[in-house]
Amino acid sequence: MDPLIREWSERVRAAASRGESLQLRGGGTKDFYGQSPQGEVLDTRGFRGVVSYEPTELVITARCGTPLDELQAALAEQGQELPFEPPSFGHGATIGGCVAAGLSGPRRGNVGALRDFVLGTRIIDGRGEFLRFGGQVMKNVAGYDVSRLMAGSLGTLALLAEVSLKVLPKPVAERTLQFELGQATALARLNAWGGRPLPIGGSFWHADSLWLRLCGADAAVEAASRELGGEALEAGEAAALWQDIREHRHPFFAGEEALWRLAVPTDAAALPLEAPVAIEWGGGQRWLRGAQTAPQMRQVAEAAGGHATLFRGGNKAEGVFHPLPPVLARINRRIAEALDPQDVFGRGRIYPVD
Amino acid sequence: MGKQEAAVGIAQREADFSRVDRARLIEALAGALPAQCLLHAQEDIRPYECDGLSVYRQVPMAVVLPRTEAQVVSVLRICSEQGVPVVARGAGTGLSGGALPHAHGVVLSLARFNRILELDANARIAVVQPGVRNLAISEAAAAHGLYYAPDPSSQIACSIGGNVAENAGGVHCLKYGLTVHNVMRVRGITIDGEAVEIGSRAPDAPGYDVLALMHGSEGMLAVVTEITVRLTPRPRLARCILASFDDVARAGDAVAAVIAAGIIPAGLEMMDQPATAAVEEFVHAGYNLDAAAILLCESDGTPEEVAEEIERMRAVLEHSGATEIRISGDEAERLRFWAGRKAAFPAAGRISADYYCMDGTIPRKRVGEMLLAIQGMEKKYGLRCINVFHAGDGNMHPLVLFDANQPGELDRAEAFGADILELSVALGGTITGEHGVGIEKINQMCSQFTTPEIETFFRLKAAFDPAGLLNPGKAIPTLNRCAEYGRMRVSNGQLPHADLERF
Repeated sequence: MDPLIREWSERVRAAASRGESLQLRGGGTKDFYGQSPQGEVLDTRGFRGVVSYEPTELVITARCGTPLDELQAALAEQGQELPFEPPSFGHGATIGGCVAAGLSGPRRGNVGALRDFVLGTRIIDGRGEFLRFGGQVMKNVAGYDVSRLMAGSLGTLALLAEVSLKVLPKPVAERTLQFELGQATALARLNAWGGRPLPIGGSFWHADSLWLRLCGADAAVEAASRELGGEALEAGEAAALWQDIREHRHPFFAGEEALWRLAVPTDAAALPLEAPVAIEWGGGQRWLRGAQTAPQMRQVAEAAGGHATLFRGGNKAEGVFHPLPPVLARINRRIAEALDPQDVFGRGRIYPVD
Repeated sequence: MGKQEAAVGIAQREADFSRVDRARLIEALAGALPAQCLLHAQEDIRPYECDGLSVYRQVPMAVVLPRTEAQVVSVLRICSEQGVPVVARGAGTGLSGGALPHAHGVVLSLARFNRILELDANARIAVVQPGVRNLAISEAAAAHGLYYAPDPSSQIACSIGGNVAENAGGVHCLKYGLTVHNVMRVRGITIDGEAVEIGSRAPDAPGYDVLALMHGSEGMLAVVTEITVRLTPRPRLARCILASFDDVARAGDAVAAVIAAGIIPAGLEMMDQPATAAVEEFVHAGYNLDAAAILLCESDGTPEEVAEEIERMRAVLEHSGATEIRISGDEAERLRFWAGRKAAFPAAGRISADYYCMDGTIPRKRVGEMLLAIQGMEKKYGLRCINVFHAGDGNMHPLVLFDANQPGELDRAEAFGADILELSVALGGTITGEHGVGIEKINQMCSQFTTPEIETFFRLKAAFDPAGLLNPGKAIPTLNRCAEYGRMRVSNGQLPHADLERF
């Protein structure tokens, strides 16, 4: 066992026995996400580096503290990528934090979310045990899927020491088309296109413009853009646009006003709220700015068949994540207790602990 | 902490259900269900004594076939109150004995939950009951140019509920994903009879990813009564390359070369010579019988895309030393190429009295090593083995041929299979890719996981089912079982789970 893993295990055990909490932290780029982190910081950046990467296996295994940039550069050298396009939200994001936050970027609507690419993990649970789940293979049903459970758990279940992710070749060709469309028409188009075998790899609607990215074989992208029309963006401009959307540097995301994220069925109608809106993932992810109260947002999200997250800013005292119905809340609480009985990892980051 | 300690207690030894009162149980069930939904006469419950893995058989105390969710709730409440094990069952096509009944338990068949409740072409989703057959979803969606992507070989018969329980794959999952990637929501009933909605039609859900945990959980966390699946636009065209190789390792290298070229084929399958010989006689797919191995490599998409990709694949396969390359000229020929692969299991049944299908998954680059080792095992156990596998994702299905009527052959077949699984773990893989652990591979779980990992599984199960009534004895071995198994199988002088008491 690596000495650092041993040291961390002991630290977790000590914290558990003293009833203290630890705040698992990589680059700290997602400190803003969820309730304020509590407890003494355990900096995961000391455990870093790509452990194994063979492009023909389509799997990369890295230690938690590996900078996301470094991992993505290693993939890019081989013409591969993390297809779910995780946002960094600043300098120094680590792969451990990326998986713990569970966030995906523009291509999520078409290739799947971060959780879909998690193949295996090594974790330190709340008892200080160093455990391995899943592996480096694409298909694996031995035991419950504890690895995927780590995605989006915000470090509240276990310390994610190492992760194996499925990777894919970068698309051969990309093209971005721009359309001038109102919200209702854009949503209708996105859903209609989604039902056809088109090489769509991202969509963004805001202020009566829809940008659609095509990703795939040369011939497929060429045929689809002929069929769909719209105005093609110059390649550099398109790349910058998607990068800005992914990293929330697009002007829509600027300013201090609360940013809400509503995940709804792609075919949900325009949400009945007077607030600036941006739409991604073919209609499935809707960003809203403004001072609506949490109950309003939650009610609108639920009515549309989804859920609302206070993503950034706003009043966190009203709750960040959408409240769970009682049975599911109990199952969530018991899952956390199963992995971390003493609550060393501060599950209050997601929901208040009563 | 009390609950957690209880979970570890359950982890230690198999629970004893011998005190279940059969008469009391049947009386309570009869009070809650119409007569035609409850079977308990020996001749009626006999057909439920096994699933697709027929070497394990056990008659349960009763079989229930509810028609409504309210009836499922009643059954679970009764079983919960009386402390009776419940084994959920779909179509019974599982290959790992996951639906093997419990001697003191109830089999809960979801066969009558066989309706497609909603198909929304615009939203590209279908809401289905768990007993709906996998293929029936695609058939219903076909009119809209959509289909349900995961296609296990048994898709004509297997049910979507069983697919969730085992996280079923298929021949197209390298590109289109497994069941877990194509299910958006399940509705389940806990052992206490409470309904719980997990996931939704939105792209994600708040809280922990309980939906992921449900996939491959083998009916041990909750009983699923409704499933929302994602439908995929059917590609306009699919074409398949049938490539022959005079060497198995070279075929394995060709698979890596295709991936290295940045191609993700829609399907990428490999069969060795004994396997092609077995199916060729049966379905006349036109396989090259002189080839040491054949590859099926499929491209799908728009006609332009397919033409481009097929050319790239052909170049890579030629460069990798393929001795013959054929490209399907039309849909009939493509289906003929696949017919052989999809008929591998029945073909094995045709040339051998019995066969034992394994499901280990290994890193692709170790496939040659594995095949070589299997040849050695054939000699060691005096049994033949034919190999088909999902080469794209390293999931192998060696079929060990044997005759259960010959004394000792079943034992040898099981030992052969166990060797393959242990080697899968040693090569950095897993004992099961898509068939599940069930009862069949439960001992090998002890090789793949440590004591604290197994305890974690039991604790997670207890988060849903504290009394351990849902499918007890499956999927996750007790620590006592591992201790016993460890005593049985000592490899290289290394005792697995050396920290455990031996009995």
